[in-house]
Amino acid sequence: MSEWETVIGLEVHVELSTATKLFSGSPNHFGGEPNTNIDPVTLGLPGALPVLNRSAVELAIRAGLALGCTVQPSVFARKNYFYPDMPKGFQISQYDRPINVDGSIELPGGTVIGIERAHLEEDTGKSTHVGSGGTRIHDADYSLVDFNRAGVPLLEIVSRPDLRSAEDAKAYVSELRAVLVTVGASDGKMEEGSLRVDCNVSVRRPGAPLGTRCEVKNVNSLRSLGRAIDYEARRQIDLIESGEAVSQETRHWNDDTGRTQTLRSKEEATDYRYFPEPDLVEVDPDPAWIEEIRSSLPSLPRERRHRLVDELGADPLSAAIVVERGLDRLVFDAVAAGGDAARALNHARNNVADGEADRLDAAGFASLTTMEADGALTATQAKTVLAELIAEGGDPAEIAARHGFQAMDTSELDALLDSLIEAHPDDWAKFCAGEQKVMGFFVGQVMKATRGQADGKVVTALLMGRRP
Amino acid sequence: MNGVTVATAYVGPMPERISREDVARIAQLARLTLGDDELDRFTSQLGDILDHARDLAALDLDGVAATAHPFPLRNVMRDDVATPSLDRDEVLAAAPEIESHMFAVPPVLGEPA
Amino acid sequence: MSALDTAAQVRAGQRCALDVVEESLAAIESRNADLNAVLLVTADAARAAAASIDRRVAAGEPVGPLAGVPLVVKDNTCTRGLPTTCGSRILNGWRPPYDATVVRRLADAGAVIVGKANMDEFAMGSSTENSAFGPTRHPIDPDRVPGGSSGGSAVAVATGMVPVALGSDTGGSIRQPASFCGVVGVKPTYGRVSRLGLVAYASSLDQIGPMATNVADAAAVLEAIAGHDPGDSTSIPEPCPPIGAHLGDGVDGVRVGVVAELMGDGIDPAVAARVLAAAEVLAAAGADVVEVAIPALRSALSAYYIIAPAEASSNLSRFDGVRFGLRVPASTTPEMYERTRSEGFGAEVKRRIMLGTYALSAGYYDAYYATAQKVRTLVLDGFAAAYRDAHVLLSPVAPTTAFRLGENTEDPLTMYLNDVCTIPTNLAGHPAMSVPFGHAEGLPVGVQVLAPALAEIDMFRTAAVLEAGGAE
Repeated sequence: MSEWETVIGLEVHVELSTATKLFSGSPNHFGGEPNTNIDPVTLGLPGALPVLNRSAVELAIRAGLALGCTVQPSVFARKNYFYPDMPKGFQISQYDRPINVDGSIELPGGTVIGIERAHLEEDTGKSTHVGSGGTRIHDADYSLVDFNRAGVPLLEIVSRPDLRSAEDAKAYVSELRAVLVTVGASDGKMEEGSLRVDCNVSVRRPGAPLGTRCEVKNVNSLRSLGRAIDYEARRQIDLIESGEAVSQETRHWNDDTGRTQTLRSKEEATDYRYFPEPDLVEVDPDPAWIEEIRSSLPSLPRERRHRLVDELGADPLSAAIVVERGLDRLVFDAVAAGGDAARALNHARNNVADGEADRLDAAGFASLTTMEADGALTATQAKTVLAELIAEGGDPAEIAARHGFQAMDTSELDALLDSLIEAHPDDWAKFCAGEQKVMGFFVGQVMKATRGQADGKVVTALLMGRRP
Repeated sequence: MNGVTVATAYVGPMPERISREDVARIAQLARLTLGDDELDRFTSQLGDILDHARDLAALDLDGVAATAHPFPLRNVMRDDVATPSLDRDEVLAAAPEIESHMFAVPPVLGEPA
Repeated sequence: MSALDTAAQVRAGQRCALDVVEESLAAIESRNADLNAVLLVTADAARAAAASIDRRVAAGEPVGPLAGVPLVVKDNTCTRGLPTTCGSRILNGWRPPYDATVVRRLADAGAVIVGKANMDEFAMGSSTENSAFGPTRHPIDPDRVPGGSSGGSAVAVATGMVPVALGSDTGGSIRQPASFCGVVGVKPTYGRVSRLGLVAYASSLDQIGPMATNVADAAAVLEAIAGHDPGDSTSIPEPCPPIGAHLGDGVDGVRVGVVAELMGDGIDPAVAARVLAAAEVLAAAGADVVEVAIPALRSALSAYYIIAPAEASSNLSRFDGVRFGLRVPASTTPEMYERTRSEGFGAEVKRRIMLGTYALSAGYYDAYYATAQKVRTLVLDGFAAAYRDAHVLLSPVAPTTAFRLGENTEDPLTMYLNDVCTIPTNLAGHPAMSVPFGHAEGLPVGVQVLAPALAEIDMFRTAAVLEAGGAE
């Protein structure tokens, strides 16, 4: 693959967390009883008129500002096409005047991905395909349509083709999701469809102009995203290497077969006949409103990662994981309560699961890290105490005492070492001659003899002290 | 003026007179089936109407903004407050075909555009 | 009797609303079979509403300014639970689950809807011949058209079935039938009257407005239905001014511009003569009459017949046989769409859908739609210049008096040319109205009073002077 470069751009649709739909007071709630959250606008009944939801605009601006976009005057347009779950025969979307343009997102690894635009549009209803052949669309005998989702506000975030690997694409979606969740724009649940990804994939020789791209739809998880991109890139490379050309088309990812297949060619592309929606007027947010929204934005994942690195000396990967899990606040609070930063970071990264932060209070977590730093607990013991602290709460010192965890007296360890050296004179000679790897043997023996109760660092220090 | 402002004036010639093939293509886009007679008649009638519009090409529209709305308003928005939904039974009673409280349609034969 | 007099009597307890409604129902019963002006008579609901008004009067409770006034609304106006067809097979049998804002406001004002008026299918037409439920006939000569698309409303008023009616006007659909039938017809400023519940033809042009036997009744109905509606994003966010209070203001010192472009080629000289006669009446009443030129109006018709069909092609996509109305069964959804729409829509509707789809399609958008939108700017600019020289403008409503049934159906372009005098104000969003001003060869002729956006008061006071001086 090394002589080929994969170029990826993503279009992410995210449902905004409003109470009602984009253009009517019908509740933004679906998944329950079909066709219960419907009104004339949602159903596209004759005579119905859309009125824009201020909260949807505000959330779009929040997301746009968090993505570093410029917020500009915007216009809604009609995208005309027929499909049973698109009730009016057109989708109201923003076309040549989107609300947010020219932003970017910084991946945890530091790569910056450009964002072309993030615009508002309405969601469609949901079709269920019913038939003897299962739920696949081409086997269906008929389809059933539920309009509860129709009109739900979506923000479509279009990246520039700045991504170069499936891993980057996954990192981009994770980061985007984190930003949107952080600012309260969306719940970002990809598995529930509130965040949906279409990817544009092309391949080229490094430095060559962009190749012909294919759009891949129906990617429903981060894992599928990675697989679909890798498959599609490979398919395109194989085509080119066998002397064929890639044709521009829309392709469908099939998660079962692990392949993409043609949905429609460029020639079959629908002529959407966009034109400005005459039932809606221009949106030109007051600069004061935009500034008010900007000043109310919480700290973003990128800023939080940088703070962990800059203030607590976290390595970038740990910082990314800790922020992704939302544990950075806990770590900072623990440090403020006198805890040990390195150990707090380590536990947050490795020993606290998503969603467990709420069950830990900063003071208890802080004293745990202090006990560990002081040698009162070994790393293994600390992990055990932490698990119990999360599961049942309490005081770390009492938990440690209940388990009988206490740092071993160095005199006990010295006696143990004496007997070990006597039992393994050859190994000891090697160690003394400078064979560092023999150190592990002795530490392991001590741990075995103490059933893990000894502090590995103390044992190491004692061994080093005895070497002539 | 409110609405989309097209940055550059259209400077090309007016398109060729609409052909029978154009009419057939447009009918397809508009989800209309036209018989042979209708195709002929529409080709001729639409051609006449569009010919009449050719005088627009003679106008100097350079730098003229487009008007999408006759009465320019901006920022018309509503509060994010739920309103009562329609009665489902009343709505479904008006539907040509329903099943399981959903609108039933024959096979759609493909993904949405 | 005028609607306002009727309402005054009902309020004073001198007449029962129920009796008024019964008279209206009887008039419909006796005339409608020949004229086909009313598609649906809502007798039961009307009687119930009238009885309720009578009870409130008896109880000393307030009733509205139109208490007990019977009226018909054009059948593209949603009435909850009552069929709303838009003159189309595709909506045959559909009962909207909600009321249009104007319907609610009429009820609040005490008016009683007695029926739904015939119309050109989806308001596309100038003769009411395009109704799927048969044409409406002219009240004087049954071989002639009443104009359109609000022909049913115009005929219902002209024949005394009702004193007032609502129509809708996208390119002249209130004013032209008003002129043909000898009634007052008003297209308000775009945004003055809520479009919520009006089945859209061309959203940026459509306005609902009153039709009446006299100017004062028209003003009263407009005041009842106008005003801001948060349910229509294009609704003007201010109250309607008190138009009726200014009807007696006269035109002393008012500058009236006769529009040169609408007085020459293609205008029947007998019609143009009535406009000049109207100008003389206004001059005699103290107005300064001037001639104004608005060259951009020459392009307005072409721009309209791009913009209106473009919006219509999109607005009418919702008629797809999925959620309401007609469905012609087929084995696949795409086929079902085509059959339903091909059988459900009439020829004129198909023609405009085709025209609009073409004007918006890839490769043609700039040449047609975008160009037409710029012409719309020129029309606005042209009017703005004219209104620097005049407070109101005067012109014919239509080039001719009522034409014969079938006379223009073969050639759509000829039919479209009928709208040349009315279309410019729709493009500009301005108010305009047709005032009956005598006859030509035995048929009614209206003259058109045009005014700048929001200047309904100036328009109406001018119309009131014409009404008073209109006798030949």
